[in-house]
Formats: sequence, C-alpha cells, structure tokens
Amino acid sequence: MIPVSYYLMLSAIVFFTGVAGVLIRRNIIAILLSVELMLNATNINFVAFSDHFHDLGGQVFVFFALTVAAAEVAVGLAIIIALHRSKATINVEEFNLLKW
Amino acid sequence: MLYALIPLLPLAAFLVLGLAGSRIKANAHVVAVPAVLLSLVLSLSAFAEVASGSIISVPLYTWFTSGNLDIHFGLYIDRLTAVMLLLVTVVSSLVHIYTIGYMHGEPGYVRFFSYIALFTFSMLMLVLADNLLQLFVFWEAVGLCSYLLIGHWYERASACAAATKAFLVNRVGDFGFMLGLLLVWSSFGSLNYHDVFPAAHESAGQSMNLLGLFGGTWEVPVLTVICLLLFAGAMGKSAQVPLHVWLPDAMEGPTPISALIHAATMVTAGVFLVARLSPLYNLSPTAMNVVALVGASTMVLGATIALTQTDIKRVVAYSTVSQLGYMVMACGLGAYASGMYHLLTHGAFKALLFLGCGSIIIALHHEQDMRHMGGLRDKLPVTYWTFVVGSLALAGFPLTAGFFSKDDLLVSAWSSGSLGQVLTIFGLLTALLTAFYSFRLVFVTFWGPSRVDPHHAPHVHEPSRTITTPLLILAVFSILTGYLGIPAFLEPVFSTQQDSAVHHGGAGLIIMIAATAMGLGGITAAYYVYVLNPDLPDRLAQQWTSLYQGSLNKWYVDQAYDRAFVRPTFTTASALWRRIDVHVIDGAVNGVARAIAWGAWLLRLIQSGQTQHYALAMAMGVLLIVTVFVVF
Repeated sequence: MIPVSYYLMLSAIVFFTGVAGVLIRRNIIAILLSVELMLNATNINFVAFSDHFHDLGGQVFVFFALTVAAAEVAVGLAIIIALHRSKATINVEEFNLLKW
Repeated sequence: MLYALIPLLPLAAFLVLGLAGSRIKANAHVVAVPAVLLSLVLSLSAFAEVASGSIISVPLYTWFTSGNLDIHFGLYIDRLTAVMLLLVTVVSSLVHIYTIGYMHGEPGYVRFFSYIALFTFSMLMLVLADNLLQLFVFWEAVGLCSYLLIGHWYERASACAAATKAFLVNRVGDFGFMLGLLLVWSSFGSLNYHDVFPAAHESAGQSMNLLGLFGGTWEVPVLTVICLLLFAGAMGKSAQVPLHVWLPDAMEGPTPISALIHAATMVTAGVFLVARLSPLYNLSPTAMNVVALVGASTMVLGATIALTQTDIKRVVAYSTVSQLGYMVMACGLGAYASGMYHLLTHGAFKALLFLGCGSIIIALHHEQDMRHMGGLRDKLPVTYWTFVVGSLALAGFPLTAGFFSKDDLLVSAWSSGSLGQVLTIFGLLTALLTAFYSFRLVFVTFWGPSRVDPHHAPHVHEPSRTITTPLLILAVFSILTGYLGIPAFLEPVFSTQQDSAVHHGGAGLIIMIAATAMGLGGITAAYYVYVLNPDLPDRLAQQWTSLYQGSLNKWYVDQAYDRAFVRPTFTTASALWRRIDVHVIDGAVNGVARAIAWGAWLLRLIQSGQTQHYALAMAMGVLLIVTVFVVF
C-alpha cells in the first residue's frame, strides 16, 4: 500500500513543472501543454484521494476534468492558429497588446 | 394702492422692452413714453392729495422677516417726496420724448429706452421709500442704471472707462452708506423712518468708542458717526469733493442721460438723502458742519474748473457739481427747504441746458468742442433762446427760477449762523463765477464768427420737433418753478429747524441784491471778455498760466487719484498675478497634476502586456496568500 503522501508529492512535482512551463516557455503550444500538466496534477490528487477514502466520486470527477481539458485544448489550439495567422509567430512575447 | 402704479408703470415698460425688445425695435418709445406719462399724471394726483395736508403711506410687500428684523417695501409720500416725484416724472417724461429724436436710428434704441425706464422705476422707488434699506437697494439700482447708460456706447473705450470709474467711485461712498445702515440697525433696531426718527431723539446723548478695537479711547456721538457714514454715500452719488471725479467723465454717455441722471435726478439723491434724514442730521451739529463744508468746497471747486473747460458738456457737468455743492451746503446749514428748492429749479434749468447741448451736438454731427462752434444763433434759434433762458436761470438773473432759489438759499445760509455767513460769501463769489462760465458758454457757442467744420456748416439746422418741444417746455419750467412757493410748501416737513422769519430781514435784502449783482456782473464780464475782446481770454491764460493750467486740468485731482490709488492698485494686482497667482496657485494646481502623472507613469511599468508577467504575478500572489495562511 503506497501512502497518499507519495501521490501528493508526485502531483506537486507535476503541478510545479506545469507552472514553471507556463511562466518560462515562450512557445504558446508548450504553454498549453504545461497547462495540461497542471490539470493532470490535480487529476492525480483526485484519484489518490478517491482511493484513499474509497469514494468513487473523485474518479468520476477526473473523467469530467479530462473531457473539459480535451475541449479546452481544442479551443486553445484554435486560438493559437488564429494568433499565428495574425502575427505569423507563436512566440508569446510577440503578443503584448494587453496593456494600458 | 393706485399710487403703487407710479413706479410700477416704468418697471412694466422696462420688462416689456427688455424681454420683447427684439420684436419692438424702432417702436420702443410707444411702450416707454405712455408709461412714464401715466406715472406723471398719477404723481400729479398724489401731489394734489399731499398738498391738501395728508401723508400717503402704501405698504407694498414684505421681503423677509427674521427675528425682530422686518424688511419690507412700502411707499411713503409726504411733501418732500411729492416734490421729488414731480421732478423725476416730469424730467423723465421730457427726456423720454427727447430721446425719440436724439437716439433715432441708433442700434441701441430699445436697450436705451428699457434702461431709462428701469432708471425711472428705481429713482421713483428711491424717493418713495419708507425705510432706509429700500432707499439703499434703489440707491444701488440707480447707480447700476447710471453705469449701464454711461456705457451705452460700449464699443468706445472711453465710455467703458467712464462707466467703470463712476461705478467704482460710487462704491467708495456706498461702503460708508452700508456701514451707516448697519449702525442705524444696531443702534435703533429698525430701519423704518417712522421708528428711527423718534428713537434718534431719545438716543441723542449716546456715544461710541471708535478706537475700542485698538485699545484707545475716542468717544464720538453715535448719531454723528451714523450721519457721516450715510453722508459718505451722499457724497458719492451727489459728486461731492473728494468723490466728484466721476460726474464729468459720466458725460461719455448719451446726452439725454446726462440731463436725466447726471443733472436732474440721480445726482440729487444725495441731497434728498440728507433732507429726508434731516431729523437725524439736526441732532448732530458736527455732521452738519462737515456737510456744509464739503458742500461749499464742492461748490467753489466745480465753478473754478467750469471756467476753462472747452467741451460744452463738461462745462455743464462741472456746473452741476458746483450747483450740487450749493444744495448740500444749504442742507448742512439746516436750510433743507432752500436746498430742495434749488434742487427742483436746478433740475429744470440744468436738464434744459443738457438737452440744449444735445441739440447742438446733434446739429453739428457729434461735435462737442466749443472752439469748433460759434455763430449758431441764427441757425439754431429755438435751441439758442431756450439755452439763454437756462443760462439766465443758472446765473440767477432776476425773475428766473434760479434767481429765486439761489437767493432763498443764500439768505437762509446767511441767517443760519457764523459758519453760514462765511460760506455765504463763498456762495456769492461762486455765483459770480457761475454767471461768467454759463455766459462764456453762450457767447462762445452761439455768438461771434462760425468756427464750425466747413463740411458740416451748410447742413446745420434745428433738429426734429421731438427735440425742440422738451426744450421749450423746460424753458417754461425754468422760469415758472420760481413762482410756486416751494420753500413754504416744504417747510412743514422740516418743521424742527429754526423758524424762517429772519429770511426777509435787512441782511436778507442785502444778500439778495449782492447775489443779483454777482449774476449780472458775471454776465457782463463774460460779454466783455468773449464778445468785445475776443483775444483777451488767450492773453489772460498766458498771464495766469499756473491758475489756467490748474483749472484746465481740474486741479489735478484725477492725476492725484491716479497716482495714489489707481496705479498702486494696478501694481499690486500685477505683482500678485505674477508672483502669487502664477507661482503659488498655478504651481499648486499644476504640481498636483504633475505628481499624479508621475505616479501613473511608475504604475504603468507594471503593465508590460506580457501575459507571462501577469501569470507570474498571479503565482506570486497565490504563493503569498498560501504562505500567510500556513504561517499564521
């Protein structure tokens, strides 16, 4: 029996990897992937606690999260294509209109 | 209540002309003239009622009541008011009619009529007032009308300057008036004549410490302070030394205004004030002496300046200053009835002289310099003869109104005591000067060779009948008002003064003869100097250069005021503007704006537009919140 704290450590490592990717990477697709990493870190938590408390609600919730994530990636990729059409780049530093 | 219409009709005319003037345009006189004529008729009926011995009192309207302060408007008509009513409505009516011809075709025709209607309303309310505050309100209102009408030709810089000067000089006097009102209120607890006059009798002995604020002691009777403060207002309005400087400049206004406001009615308000408040003045010998001395010095100063002026309107204006001095002096010597009598006759003949000047000015296409006149006797016969009648009355020629009123005034002055006798001597000398300068005006303008601009000379002709008719009517009044027995009519109003039995004693006869001789002497001297020896004036001017220059430059009073008050004010204002306003006030305002702009620039650095910077801020925020949550 693996203690739940191991899962939480794994989840935290994956989550902060995602945060670091979002903050550091310049490629928008990489950022999108990092966001997925963060989502999946929470999924790990859900499944871990579901197992720990013997409650299937957590695993059901993960399916919802996966479905929503799939939809979100679709929208995200569509936005990236639109961005690429307008500026011919997917470097996030080029998109700096959100000020003043 | 019917008498309330006396002031309200001109007010209605003003409102109609003011509000609907753009539709009425050249028919403005159709509204204004009947209103004033109707006021005149009502004034005559009020006069008749008052003459039978009654006193009319009409409460109009309560303005406000606060504690025991009760401010209301009301009409109070006694014999003094009735005389003023007649003077105001008669002169105003004639000036209204005269204006039809004088201002014909002017762009400001409607505006002019609406303002003189407003003036007539204000002046009537002033003389009809039954309390001091109402008097003061309309005192200011006539001042406003005077300002508006002096500046009627507002596109002329000199007219604007004259209007401002009149307004500012009057402010000086009115400040005193206002302090006087406050002192009356705090001393007697009321501003109504019928409360104040009895209360004044009882408080005659009271005194106040004028230096109390600075720890000193200077006990002065309260009544003296009140009378002097109120007289300060009268000095401003009636152009007494040292506040006389605005009146001659006021001649920048159209001539009908000079006749109505600056000769016959508004400028006499100060004399009226002193006469109206005679129960107060009688209780303060000090104030009376000040009034008499101020009047006498104004009388002499005005006459000496009038000798050398070359603008015909200015000669008449300085003559007005001088004659107002006579009236104020008479009031100061307790001869209120004589002062009011002279006020009335002066109103008639001075309005006549001003309107005559206007007739000349119109005929000569707005030429006012008498050096460019001469020989107008044949071309302007009506103006000439009426002008001569007015000048005779001004000079005190026997059997004219001015003769009776001036003699009455000087005789009353002589019989009032030692100060009165000294001032009577000055009055007689001034009478000589008066006759001289008024006939200098007649001879230089109407006699001798023509010096008219050759361009206009062939076209000089008598102006329209609306101009000459008022001249003829006023010429009749200039003689007739001498026979109406005004002093006896007014005597009951001033019954507290010493009896007038001494009037016709031996001294009185001598004064009368002396005054007549002065008048005739002045006329003869003017004839000798200006008709028989036309080159004599220039030689005299060269021989007495300093005197001549002094008189020509109005004894440098204007220059002195310019140095003492006007320029220091300008310098101070300019310094305040350049130092305080620009640096301190503008600096503070602009400094606040600049500080905010700088702060905004700092804050703007945070917003880079880089999504990842915002995400980092969010992450740091979460970290911070979690840290706080965990640690505490």
